[in-house]
Amino acid sequence: MPLTREQIERIAFLARLELNQAEIPVYQASLSSILEFAGELSRAQTRSIEPMAHPLPGLSQRLRADEVTESDHRERYQENAPRVEAGLYLVPKVIE
Amino acid sequence: MKLHEKGLAALSAGLRAKEFSSVELTRHLLQRMEASQAQLNAFISITAEQALRSAAAADRARASGQAQLLTGLPIVHKDIFCTEGVRTTCGSRMLDNFVSPYDATVVAKLKSAGMVMLGKTNMDEFAMGSSNETSFYGPVKNPWNPHLVPGGSSGGSAAAVAARLAPAATATDTGGSIRQPAALCGVTGIKPTYGRVSRYGMIAFASSLDQGGLITASAEDAAMLLGAIAGFDPRDSTSVDRPVPDYVAGLNAPLAGLRLGIAREFFDKGLDEAGEQRVRDALRVYEKLGARIVDVSLPNLPLSVPTYYVVAPAECSSNLARFDGVRYGYRCENPRDLMDLYRRSRGEGFGAEVKRRIMTGTYVLSEGYYDAYYLQAQKVRQLIASDFEQAFAEADVIAGPTTPTPAFELGSKTADPITMYLNDIYTIGANLAGLPALSIPCGFAGGLPFGLQLVGPHFSEDRLLAAAHGYQRETDWHTRAPDGYS
Repeated sequence: MPLTREQIERIAFLARLELNQAEIPVYQASLSSILEFAGELSRAQTRSIEPMAHPLPGLSQRLRADEVTESDHRERYQENAPRVEAGLYLVPKVIE
Repeated sequence: MKLHEKGLAALSAGLRAKEFSSVELTRHLLQRMEASQAQLNAFISITAEQALRSAAAADRARASGQAQLLTGLPIVHKDIFCTEGVRTTCGSRMLDNFVSPYDATVVAKLKSAGMVMLGKTNMDEFAMGSSNETSFYGPVKNPWNPHLVPGGSSGGSAAAVAARLAPAATATDTGGSIRQPAALCGVTGIKPTYGRVSRYGMIAFASSLDQGGLITASAEDAAMLLGAIAGFDPRDSTSVDRPVPDYVAGLNAPLAGLRLGIAREFFDKGLDEAGEQRVRDALRVYEKLGARIVDVSLPNLPLSVPTYYVVAPAECSSNLARFDGVRYGYRCENPRDLMDLYRRSRGEGFGAEVKRRIMTGTYVLSEGYYDAYYLQAQKVRQLIASDFEQAFAEADVIAGPTTPTPAFELGSKTADPITMYLNDIYTIGANLAGLPALSIPCGFAGGLPFGLQLVGPHFSEDRLLAAAHGYQRETDWHTRAPDGYS
């Protein structure tokens, strides 16, 4: 079943994406066809199959000790920030 | 032979013999790169000043007897790899103004080996695309015919090597993004095993699939560089701690007795007829070299595209959540409030395909749909991986076409995303199973290069490179350059 306009608006909100009016029908059509295509997966027999957890058999994500290993590069990193002041990242006021 | 026609081994020998300097080589290639831009658009940045400085440093190191094998050799990096002090855009408006404060591990390793970075290659936005048409910086054109796509997402890297603008390029592969453009441009591309090459500083797309690798003119050149970029990196939690073999020393391993697996699923109805013939010709070359052809079966492989287009968007929706317009990257004008800042910065900063994938991923991970899509996809993924595991009990390497067709026309597949996604039908399986795979040119179909793909078991890069090198010693497809670029 094709996705409705409201569903696209809901997904875009969850994904924190602003869409313009012209984009919505385009994504309605393409997401619907992608999901229909992905629906082929329901044909596969997977009753006793464990979902893959890591692309290399027997491996899992490596953990490390919870220790500080990096040095402070805040000033350099903030050179890329849209707006900073006194070492802080500026955003519109959140609390009145 | 002209400088730009030489492979890395020949260039290294030439530098050693003082036939030319690294500065001369760098100048020659920079000039070719600049001259090609209007036609190919293969680069987002050409870093001429830094390149000439590194080349001069390489020449000084050589003069003082401190040169290593790769000292003074040129390379270009896909613009997905962070390069300290150099703009790193990932092909997106979102990162148009981003100057990386650090080097990716791959970049740092090649830098410390003495290589000279000439520039950053164009790519599909955030590596999402199979034609290089989703780049914010415009499409790359195929050097064999400028009306055709070079493939993607590493289209700039493949076009640059094919047009002999650079002897080697870094690239990344999440669903075929090294091998597919390598095939469409007639060059060699290797995607190593998941975890073989560090991803630190490589901008993330789908973390259970992404792997960095190389595009070069030959398997021999790929072997020279893979040894330099592979290996354990504590800064990448998916990096595998396992010794790196000497890939160059292994290149001449005999192919007699090699069991070459052929899976019917790679030769389905969508495969170009002339392309299939080129692949079958290549199999005969292998038989002549003593390889034995065996039939294998990958029954779940046809489900690899729908599996990928659930798993990859899901992971991308999570990875790209970091682009919020606050700490770096694009920020919209005059945000009303924080939500408006997030939504408009992302809505304006990302292109159409990236937004499509973020939304697909958000949907398949959302409440009520997770089991039917994401969990089911991870189960089918396990089935596909098990198919490969069983096939590798019978075969040492699986061979087939890299792509269903040679390069296609610009704009011909942009209207329907599924048509575009099906380009990756033969390459995605290796990513889903974490396997190493490479593509080498095996002749021409309709006047355009066609790729042979070899897939091996985990950590069999040495075997794949030897198989590719054995073929390239018998054939000269990999030495062909497009008209106007030889």
